[in-house]
Amino acid sequence: MKPEFLKSTLLSLAIFCRFIGIWQLATMPKESAAPQTPAGMSAEYAALMGLTAPKQSGFPPPAEVGRAFVKFLSDPFYDRGPNDKGIGIQLGHSLGRVGLGFLLAAIVAIPLGFAIGMSPLIYRALDPFIQVLKPISPLAWMPLALYTIKDSGISGIFVIFICSLWPMLINTAFGVAGVRREWLNVARTLEVRPLRKALTVILPAAAPTILTGARISMGIAWLVIVAAEMLVGGTGIGYFVWNEWNNLALPNVIFAIVIIGVVGMVLDRFFATLQKFVTYAE
Amino acid sequence: MSAWKDPFNADHRLGACSCGEHHSQAEHDAASATASAAPSADLSADADTEAMTRRTLESAVMRAIFPDDNQRRKFLRAVGSGTALAAVSSLFPFSALEAMAQEKGPLEKKDLKIGFIPITCSSPIVMADPLGFYKAQGLNVQVVKTASWALIRDKVMNKEYDASHMLAPMPLAISLGVGSNPQPINVATIQNTNGQAITLSVRHKDKRDPKMWKGFKFAVPFDYSMHNFLLRYYVAEHGLDPDKDIQIRVVPPPEMVANLRAGNIDGFLGPDPFNQRAVFEEVGFIHILSKEIWDGHPCCAFGVPAEFVKQNPNTFAALYRSVLTASKMARDPKNRPIMAEVLSPAAYLNQPKTVLEQVLTGRFADGLGQVQNVPDRADFDPVPWYSMSVWILTQMKRWGYIKGDVQYKDVAERVFLLTDAKKRMAEVGLTPPKESYKKFKVLGKEFDPMKPEAYVESFAIKRS
Repeated sequence: MKPEFLKSTLLSLAIFCRFIGIWQLATMPKESAAPQTPAGMSAEYAALMGLTAPKQSGFPPPAEVGRAFVKFLSDPFYDRGPNDKGIGIQLGHSLGRVGLGFLLAAIVAIPLGFAIGMSPLIYRALDPFIQVLKPISPLAWMPLALYTIKDSGISGIFVIFICSLWPMLINTAFGVAGVRREWLNVARTLEVRPLRKALTVILPAAAPTILTGARISMGIAWLVIVAAEMLVGGTGIGYFVWNEWNNLALPNVIFAIVIIGVVGMVLDRFFATLQKFVTYAE
Repeated sequence: MSAWKDPFNADHRLGACSCGEHHSQAEHDAASATASAAPSADLSADADTEAMTRRTLESAVMRAIFPDDNQRRKFLRAVGSGTALAAVSSLFPFSALEAMAQEKGPLEKKDLKIGFIPITCSSPIVMADPLGFYKAQGLNVQVVKTASWALIRDKVMNKEYDASHMLAPMPLAISLGVGSNPQPINVATIQNTNGQAITLSVRHKDKRDPKMWKGFKFAVPFDYSMHNFLLRYYVAEHGLDPDKDIQIRVVPPPEMVANLRAGNIDGFLGPDPFNQRAVFEEVGFIHILSKEIWDGHPCCAFGVPAEFVKQNPNTFAALYRSVLTASKMARDPKNRPIMAEVLSPAAYLNQPKTVLEQVLTGRFADGLGQVQNVPDRADFDPVPWYSMSVWILTQMKRWGYIKGDVQYKDVAERVFLLTDAKKRMAEVGLTPPKESYKKFKVLGKEFDPMKPEAYVESFAIKRS
């Protein structure tokens, strides 16, 4: 193991412990004594206010969040009807939606990106539309999607589709347009047919740029799915966050936040590996 | 099938499926598929059907009371099965349920999806699921928790839900095409009466006089809600114009407490359990219960699209009976603690049990240091009175949500299914009222449903 790697890992761990320590200090209960009825308050009132039992109010300490981790991760695949499922099942639903929306976006964006990248005319014609549509928040599409598609599940996938589309489209076009002239000229000299040129010359040359676009798209899709599921509900990690927010159960919300972060990181790593795989040295 | 285990036997394990034998419904379905392929001696015997129906009901009830199977076994070992059966039977009308289960028309549609918002108003349609009232009618109902009222509206209009928990004014608004495209939706039953409150932030403990509320920001769950109309009525009676002197914004019920804590709003007229939850979290206090504005006011309704009613008459009747059975049970004060127990898990309301208990039993901490005892804080009277509908329309007219001439009685009688409700109420042993309109008082002012236009005209603060 390289000493550099060891050092950075140690530093990461130190930052993490420090963070937990500060968190613990900041959320320490004011008095450690057992909860008791405040003076001048009837016992029944205190019981109804939940003051006689230990109650979580304010920000939860790390131990509380740790318990939430143990609770949810020890039984990730339970299914108690449509409104209460394990975290594994919720994640499965979210990943399924993201995967489907992302795949559809790739099917549209990559060929279209090729067309735009290879033809300056199409590029100029479509550019204004892309520029207007690109900055629209995907969630702004939601009411429109619900109204026209008339199905909340498909609307969710549509929102993922529409937000994954632009980075992939633009990057594909950019990558295709940036293929070195010499290579294209060689292809022309050899009289390579257009389809073969696209697949054997342009695609390998533009692949790193296309995958960068895909990586950005996936990042955005994972950001959006949580918000979309909070809006549409039913299943998914976003619904989980919303349901726990209902109950003002912050430890569970923090648990979900960490899980969202970890899954997002795994997805990003996956695309980074793919990117390395297609990168070539000139 | 030997699957019909006695739920009052401490040695039997009740599973997660409808018969109790299997770990999940999927497993159960797989098993029954094989069972029906090979003719079973047990199933062919007619006499057994009755016993099986009863077992299903008992199992469902026992599973609802004891979600943890070990607890049920412990309980039964401790008190003995005879005592347990007697105790539980006194609470649940097993024989009535059984009678209903026997009388089945051919159902047009068995798999139904019903939406709900996680508030106590939804109690009857939600508790009918864990208590097996839908199953008793041969229906396979999924109750689906939904994020907001706008989404409920969209999902009902898209036919993703066959029926849904709705705010009582929503079917009127949707049928009239106010705030959406027009689509006829019926009110089958009123879900609940009373059960709402005005909750104010603890910062305003000294501002109990509504005249001091100028500039306050209030939250209501939806534009077309009793909450909006009652809050407007209440402040207007105290001389404040709800459109000019205060701000009313739409916030989904679950987000009201978080907003109150953050100081985004000064108070809300919202559904329970969120009023009590605000007290429990020590961020708010209950200013008044909504029953002090109008005792017996409707709040939420069981909304069913007119098209569904027409296409599936038998299913609709079965659904009606399931929901009314739940209403009947919910009305009985001695069932309220059990309701709190059944409704508090994550799949349903996802709230602390003590909060639900305070809401449902009416013995609650008001956030001002007092324990109040108001047994009718929340009630579940299912009768969809035409007069309630007319009152809602007068308020929609008063605040400019609908313009022009309103055919009050016509709309009320088209949307609210009082005649059907009376018939189905009699079937489940409830006493339906004889009349269709009744007078009532809102903040001491009498409402005569026969003179709606004059009523609207009588208010000093209005938009129309």
